[in-house]
Amino acid sequence: MRRSHVVLVAALVVAFAMLLLAGCGGTTTTTTAAETTTTMAAETTTTGMAGPSGDPIVIGAIVSATGPASPLGEPERAALVMLEAEINKVGILGRPIKIVIEDDQSNPTEAVTAVNKLIQQDKVVAILGSSISASTLAIKPITEAAGMPLMALAASNKITEPPIDWTWRAPPRDALAVGAALGYIQNTMKLKKIAVLHDENAYGASGAADIAARAADFGLEIVATESYKTEDTDLTAQLTKIKGATPDAVIVWGTNPGPAVAAKNMKQLGMTQPFVGSHGIANKSFIDLAGDAAEGVIFPAGRLLVPDSFTDPAQKAIVDQFVAAFTAVTGNPPPTFAGHAFGGLTLVLEAINRAGSTEAADIQKALNETKGVITPDGVYNYSPTDHDGLTPDDLTVVMIKDGTWVLAPQ
Amino acid sequence: MTFDQFLQYVFSGVTTGSIYALTALGFTLIYNATDVINFAQGEFVMLGGLTAITLHEVGAPLALAFVGAVAIVAVVGILFQLLAIRPLHSAGILAQIIVTVGASLALRTGAMLIWGREALPLPPFTGDAPIKVSEATILPQTLWVLGLTLVIVVTLQLFYRRTLTGKAVRACSVNPSAARLMGISYSKVVLLSFGMSAAISAAGGVMITPVSFMGYSSGAIIGLKGFAAAIFGGLGNPAGAVFGGLALGILETLAIGALPMSGASGYKDAVAFLILLIVLFVKPQGLFGGRSVEKV
Repeated sequence: MRRSHVVLVAALVVAFAMLLLAGCGGTTTTTTAAETTTTMAAETTTTGMAGPSGDPIVIGAIVSATGPASPLGEPERAALVMLEAEINKVGILGRPIKIVIEDDQSNPTEAVTAVNKLIQQDKVVAILGSSISASTLAIKPITEAAGMPLMALAASNKITEPPIDWTWRAPPRDALAVGAALGYIQNTMKLKKIAVLHDENAYGASGAADIAARAADFGLEIVATESYKTEDTDLTAQLTKIKGATPDAVIVWGTNPGPAVAAKNMKQLGMTQPFVGSHGIANKSFIDLAGDAAEGVIFPAGRLLVPDSFTDPAQKAIVDQFVAAFTAVTGNPPPTFAGHAFGGLTLVLEAINRAGSTEAADIQKALNETKGVITPDGVYNYSPTDHDGLTPDDLTVVMIKDGTWVLAPQ
Repeated sequence: MTFDQFLQYVFSGVTTGSIYALTALGFTLIYNATDVINFAQGEFVMLGGLTAITLHEVGAPLALAFVGAVAIVAVVGILFQLLAIRPLHSAGILAQIIVTVGASLALRTGAMLIWGREALPLPPFTGDAPIKVSEATILPQTLWVLGLTLVIVVTLQLFYRRTLTGKAVRACSVNPSAARLMGISYSKVVLLSFGMSAAISAAGGVMITPVSFMGYSSGAIIGLKGFAAAIFGGLGNPAGAVFGGLALGILETLAIGALPMSGASGYKDAVAFLILLIVLFVKPQGLFGGRSVEKV
């Protein structure tokens, strides 16, 4: 090989690796008038009232509409586009709203660029996002420093660890899901030895750390912990090692497609242990990919996944309306992630409405006083120290049976 | 590590390793013909898998979907050369390599627009009941991957050694100017190489999809690993590319088994690439990199 060629190749390897890190194919999506032609069947607007007028209230949103986390971010984007149109039939404080949606391409670096743009250029009054924990943790220092209300849509426990002057969260945090999964293994399955297989990204690593820290509280022993990269195509090696440790159940903590590969590989290796997943597989994609291997998989999830599980009539009414509207627009029932976006937007707008102001300090005060706000994810009660608002009862444990979700046997 | 576990790690390694091997082979074909490193190689793998999924969805039997996808991606490879690389002929190798990076982004984004953002499945060629070998298991699909990889490699060798066209390709790779003086159409050889390279990588993509699914972004990491495998085996040597791919796949999985602690899987890429670096340190032209001697 000629010397110049060696240098060239080396430089290109670096460039190529950076390209990989930077992700690709992202398009910035801003809502346009063309997209706001949706109708919500059950919407009850006061007839005869004048529509909203004046300058719009601008809300920013950062979602992972492309990249590995797109199964999370894309339904969130779709929900926000639909909701903007719906809300503008009545407005907030007599004004329309405008949601500026940025795509972070599942990449924290892009999220930082987006958050700076939203704050400085779009002059938003509050920000929703991001879909993934890594991006959310990357933008949190910026929103905290800027005094910008941030409604996180991701699950990592770290997001609502102090400082949280300006950070709240809509989805149930990992700790709730970990608690639900471990509690189910202990109390319902009555098993003792668990193995953990997790994604090496922020979501999987944080979940695995939480499981490791709390397993003993649930009387569980971790006999093996293995990990994989999101793009890994075969996990039989990891599972062979886990199989050798003879666990009673295998916890797989990650988002698609990894857990689907794991489910198929477990079947290949003849592993009969129960597959306990995370709320990261609460989407149709997991069932489509894993096929037969998805049968019997158990995971904690928001109740939106099994709408029959809602017992509170007020919550059921809201959920039915959201499910109908989302299905009408996208052709699919909303995954739990769409519910997070709906919940996050609802919490922010409810606070703005109650505060009667779009000043950051007023929104902050109103959010901290949020009481009994109902979303598909549960009933929220924020306080100055609790910015998660949910309780373990807001989650349920779901099982995959005949290619769909049912409540897991209790 | 018991023997059965060892066997399982090797099975796991050759499955992914075969795909690295076919991608590495794709890199090699184009490099030999043009000196261009094609950074869109992984995208051919992705396109192969996704095209087969679509063909199968619209009713083509798996065998037809396989052949159809390979043919379509081969055409994409040829168009890629005609539309993106050829216009830059006078701009030099560097410009051509850079345009492959751009093309990889364009192909990936295009695939995202066509197939959406989520990974998609393809049924296995012949059932998914695992075959037991001692206490380890292997999927019928893995045997397909191995068998077809072998067929491709042998066919390629026969083509290079026994056919006039194959000899013309080799002549161009050794000395393009002299080959041209002998009446060989260099531009046709280059087109052929791009088509074959794309077809081989696409075949790898179709074969691996039943095992690991395929999404628009799956090609990037396969491309990177395939490139590493090609360098490992000695860039420009087809046999080296295949060996490098299989070795890299097996090293990755054995690293998981060989490291005694729990959580070893986090280090598998590090172990594989460390060994690769050591090899390149001792033998910078790669394990079988003899061609550089001919060229200098």
